[in-house]
Amino acid sequence: MENDWRPSASIETMKRRAQLLADARHFFAQKQVLEVETPILSQAAPTAPYLDSFKTDYIPIGTDQKQDFYLQTSPEFAMKLLLAAGSGSIYQVAKVFRNGESGKHHSPEFTMLEWYRVELTLEQLMDEVVELLTSVADFSDAIRLSYAVVFKKYLDLDVFDCTDADLKSLAFTHIPSLAADFELDRDGWLALVMSEVIEPKLAELNQPVFIYDFPASQAQLAKVKIDGQGNYVAARFELYAGGLELANGYDELLEAQALRQRFEQDNQQRQRLGKPDMPIDENLLAAMQAGLPQCTGVALGLDRVLMLILDQSNIKQVQNVTF
Amino acid sequence: MASVSTNQFKSGLKFMLDGDPCSIIENELVKPGKGQAFNRVKFRNLKTGRTNERTFKSGESVESADVIEVELEYSYTDGEFWYFMDPVSYEQHAADANAIEDCKKWLKEQYVYTVTQWNGTPLLVTAPNFVNLVVAETDPGLKGDTAGTGGKPATLETGAVVRVPLFMNIGELLRIDTRSGEYVERAKD
Repeated sequence: MENDWRPSASIETMKRRAQLLADARHFFAQKQVLEVETPILSQAAPTAPYLDSFKTDYIPIGTDQKQDFYLQTSPEFAMKLLLAAGSGSIYQVAKVFRNGESGKHHSPEFTMLEWYRVELTLEQLMDEVVELLTSVADFSDAIRLSYAVVFKKYLDLDVFDCTDADLKSLAFTHIPSLAADFELDRDGWLALVMSEVIEPKLAELNQPVFIYDFPASQAQLAKVKIDGQGNYVAARFELYAGGLELANGYDELLEAQALRQRFEQDNQQRQRLGKPDMPIDENLLAAMQAGLPQCTGVALGLDRVLMLILDQSNIKQVQNVTF
Repeated sequence: MASVSTNQFKSGLKFMLDGDPCSIIENELVKPGKGQAFNRVKFRNLKTGRTNERTFKSGESVESADVIEVELEYSYTDGEFWYFMDPVSYEQHAADANAIEDCKKWLKEQYVYTVTQWNGTPLLVTAPNFVNLVVAETDPGLKGDTAGTGGKPATLETGAVVRVPLFMNIGELLRIDTRSGEYVERAKD
């Protein structure tokens, strides 16, 4: 059979992508946010239990000594080295890689726009995300709802007070496609209900939605704080639009020791899942020890932004040449 | 029995679910950011023909189904079973009414059909895209009407009723698209 060599995107789509990149760069140039580049390969990798890095090896010429290297899943760690060194606000358009993730909305290789602001609070960063989106395309302003509010609004559930059994029975009520013996841990149920029950409702709003104040167990690299109701929450937001998860933002955790603990807990969970430990990024921890400035940061999936701009349902249709 | 992991899921893959052989229609990855991944799978139960959905944890395994597709020639029916023959080994396979339900009206002796078998038993018989069938009954043809506008119903030798142009007569051989159930053209032989 003949090879189907043809690019998956049309020439029009290629041009729209170029325009999007140019507009994003223009946006940050005007705000005097510095564009940076950081290595795609690293000897360390994120420990997040459900994030799988591509692994490769480096062999110095003349030796047969292999050194493990990982392709970045986001440029976060390296960009934080620059922040700790005093770069001020920075942004990057980066190719990022996530092993195994392939589907209508996922590609193992995709383009991320990630930026860090030393001047902005998390609320102000949400404003800036909207400002960026409305400047590069025809996006409308976003609604802001806390994690607790969306669970109350759509499922009448007090998500910070409910038991795991409450969550499970709710999942079985709303998701008929679960087998009777289907089991998950608390964060698993939360993620499933969010993706399968709440996200479709958010899509019906026909307006981008920020969800903020996630459960502390999903803090990732964000600070944990106490919300108005006395719940421990992660100072994090996610942006949903058109049924897609577009962006993930943090009020960045600054304490090296707290981050080391999270990395170690992640690796313990990886072991329980039968996955390999990931090498902890000691450079990042040393930089944080030296002092990461107070900052907020967000990663925005540009391929998905392009899907919304061009009303495409498959990520392959907006990548010039697909994985 | 061999097992397949969700990461091998793709449309057309056959697997066992609750004791029944199933075929995947659509497999969708559900992956929230850094959260746990799921596979939302739309499938057809090959025994009942019904479609349904099931959500799996990514990485879960299911039993693969010993389902194969073979090309067999239709021989005859005794009213209870429909017999298909392997043109090479002459082995006979009996399909029940459930298996031939969708293609019953296109069954003609000596035509080759795609038979989906599970553990050697025919589950589903699929007609070829085109079959040539003789008109058994229709109103008399109208000479001069070659435009084919409007048309009229014709009952074919297998009992299927299709719309044909007004000029068609009993005994003529027609080429039929079994997917749409529509008349295509006069067949050569």
